[in-house]
Amino acid sequence: MFGAACLAYRRDLLLAFRHWGQVAQPLVFFVIVATLFPLALGPQLAELREIAGGTLWVAALLASLLGVELLFRADHADGTLEQMLLSGQPLAILVLAKGLAHWTVCGLPLVLLAPLVAAGLGAPPAANCTLMLSLALGTGILSALGAIGSALTLGLRRGSLLLGLLVLPLAMPSLIFGARAIDLAIHGDNARGPLLLLSAMLVLSVTLAPPAVAAALRISAE
Amino acid sequence: MKISLQLHNFSRLSARGIEFWRGDRRVLADVSLELEASECLHVVGTNGAGKTTLLRIIAGLLSPERGQVAWGGYDTRSDTDGWRASFSYLGHSDGLKAELTAHENLAFETRLRRPVRDGEVDDALEGVGLKAARNLPAGFLSAGQRRRLAMARVMLAAAPLWMLDEPCTNLDAGGSMLVAGLIGRHLDAGGAAIIAAHQALEIPGHTPRRLELS
Repeated sequence: MFGAACLAYRRDLLLAFRHWGQVAQPLVFFVIVATLFPLALGPQLAELREIAGGTLWVAALLASLLGVELLFRADHADGTLEQMLLSGQPLAILVLAKGLAHWTVCGLPLVLLAPLVAAGLGAPPAANCTLMLSLALGTGILSALGAIGSALTLGLRRGSLLLGLLVLPLAMPSLIFGARAIDLAIHGDNARGPLLLLSAMLVLSVTLAPPAVAAALRISAE
Repeated sequence: MKISLQLHNFSRLSARGIEFWRGDRRVLADVSLELEASECLHVVGTNGAGKTTLLRIIAGLLSPERGQVAWGGYDTRSDTDGWRASFSYLGHSDGLKAELTAHENLAFETRLRRPVRDGEVDDALEGVGLKAARNLPAGFLSAGQRRRLAMARVMLAAAPLWMLDEPCTNLDAGGSMLVAGLIGRHLDAGGAAIIAAHQALEIPGHTPRRLELS
């Protein structure tokens, strides 16, 4: 069972490596969206610092949504999803492996890039640790929620808008606590509370999402 | 209840009273079938008669409104993962990743089901005449070559039951004979096959039973 999960994880990483241009798109999107705010609001660092947490989180949310849409689409189109359904391996485990691979190529680079983007928004370097932790937990939650939405909208021709409508409301609680954690860190306060709440949300979504995604995939395959 | 499974250990497959509706159109009405070891069932019917639907129902990808599919006497829905491990399915799409090479595709799909050595995969590639394409991405192969590769995957799964939906699509005369030969060898080894196809099937040493869908 875990052999199958490792196999699925390795395959998805290999596929991402073979078309890395597609994988890099959400990352570039993240940087561009976060750059739009200073351009629109003006270059006063004191002002930007106030909205840095929220900006980073909204940009990360939209970028995740963009990336997660492709999670099952190619597999569905070329029939490998059907083969995965019929492989006799527990689908929830394979889904978890795929989600983890997706986070490795989509969420993790975003987290690593975040301090750079945050510096552009006037966030002090002292906040970087909290900032990265907040986004690491957050992108995990968003990958899990996005996977459910992606699986549900798989059979639809124009599913991307519906995906946003389904996932964004669910992501609001994590947005509130995630942005708050960064805010607290930027002002030099202790951000432990919101980070612990975020961790709890991550545990909840990673536990509950795989069976939900598996069920949604079975329905989409019909 | 668990279905105990060994490779090439064929249990009896039976479907009784399958009925399936798409919207307000009845696609399948009271379809029944039986399949024993070394037997081949050829599902025939016009376009839209429900050949693919029947195969997908047996595979468990679709749930019928009425009727049940049983493997070795047990309802296949009582142990879906066990049932899925006991057949290999070839659908309309080949189920290959365009970015992965022929060898990587086969190795991945097969290892999801059972451990397999690289040499075994190479033998399968040679068996379907794709030895030279071993390290080519599947996206570079022609439609017929991809179909051959998909047949190699079916073969490598070493499942007792094969379910093939139009296996000869895009294949040249040599390819069709090759597929017929593979099915023949599978039946000789005690396996069974359900094949949905328009064309007549000539499997060396075996006469397929026909199931007409109307």
